[in-house]
Amino acid sequence: MGRILVVTSGKGGVGKTTTTANLGMALARLGKTVALMDADFGLRNLDLLLGLENRIVYTALEVLAGECRLEQALVRDKRQPGLALLAAAQNRNKDAINPDQMKLLAEQLAGRFDYVLIDCPAGIESGFRNAIAPAQAAIVVTTPEVAAVRDADRVVGLMEAAGIRNSRLIVNRIRPGLSQVNDMMTVADVREILAIPLLGVVPDDERVIVATNRGEPLVLDKNLSLPGMAFHNIARRLEGEKVEFLDLDAPYNTLLGRLQRALQRKIF
Amino acid sequence: MLRLMDLINQLFPRSQNSRQDAKRRLQFVLAHDRVDLTPQILEQMRQEIMAVIARYVELDTDSVEFSLESDQRMTALVANVPIRRVRKEPTILDDGGDAPESSPQRDAEALESQPN
Ligand SMILES: Nc1ncnc2c1ncn2[C@@H]1O[C@H](COP(=O)(O)OP(=O)(O)O)[C@@H](O)[C@H]1O
Ligand SMILES: [Mg+2]
Repeated sequence: MGRILVVTSGKGGVGKTTTTANLGMALARLGKTVALMDADFGLRNLDLLLGLENRIVYTALEVLAGECRLEQALVRDKRQPGLALLAAAQNRNKDAINPDQMKLLAEQLAGRFDYVLIDCPAGIESGFRNAIAPAQAAIVVTTPEVAAVRDADRVVGLMEAAGIRNSRLIVNRIRPGLSQVNDMMTVADVREILAIPLLGVVPDDERVIVATNRGEPLVLDKNLSLPGMAFHNIARRLEGEKVEFLDLDAPYNTLLGRLQRALQRKIF
Repeated sequence: MLRLMDLINQLFPRSQNSRQDAKRRLQFVLAHDRVDLTPQILEQMRQEIMAVIARYVELDTDSVEFSLESDQRMTALVANVPIRRVRKEPTILDDGGDAPESSPQRDAEALESQPN
């Protein structure tokens, strides 16, 4: 049986779908078979980030209604044959599916794939309940901002209450320049506050947006960019490898940066 | 020395250190989110706890601090209760059920200083 993981955050726009797409692709590149489930019924966009939007014929709802087989609804990725997407319905709302049905689908997928990654919608209502229902563990994505961290804490608590106690943290959109002048929380700050194990750190990088526009996840690049490397490393950690966290300060370790920081430390 | 600091501060605008603000505000708000107590319940609990403590010691009511703190996903209720002096005889509440056995009589004088 494969592992069923939910990618969640509470707050919207922090990088759940970006993480699901890249992590799925990265795991597939490591030779794993991966099924991605979009749990954002009514506002799906995992298909777009993966560049698979034109190939969707059936969604989870047709499978549940018995209108097609699960296999028919899975969109296989031509770039990474180990990767498949089960799309959410776009023309329906979050109540089109319930937690038992999500479980049924995820467990069927887990019978055929090494990983099932569920892309959770924002919020803590029915869409969230649906997405976490089948999960054995969670990947909590946050950015180093107060509102995102507060929401992340809330979902960690809600998942604990639902029996999912092994949540791991990804801190996305880090801008080391800002935390070095003490204007952004560091990864250590966020980790200390949320008190769950760290799974990965991802820099804020415009290449993430370019990749989103193109529908080509970063981890597909031949020469991995820094954020691409970050997702690749997260996949390796999921596979149990011990991989050092990226030193996101490196690009800022210019002479000028060091001088500014030295001055700040001395003076303030 | 101070003059020099002022000059330097003008030359290099002081970092507001919003990072520490963010941490401090989050720690406060999460401690409350995690226990999910309304301010009313918290206040009621504060008063009841103070009433119990006041049976045994005389409190410096004005400087009592009562807060929720969170560490490693464990939330603690932290009370800092400065004591003026210890009462000779603990007082008992009207229902008397949970008073220590050693103090059967009530201390009328002490009871008056109980906040309520
Ligand atoms: N590390 C990053 N650097 C720059 N932009 C990012 C990063 N992560 C996410 N984004 C951008 O943020 C937006 C929201 O990301 P998305 O994955 O859709 O969030 P969510 O699924 O949590 O709502 C997208 O436009 C995405 O390109
Ligand atoms: Mg999303």
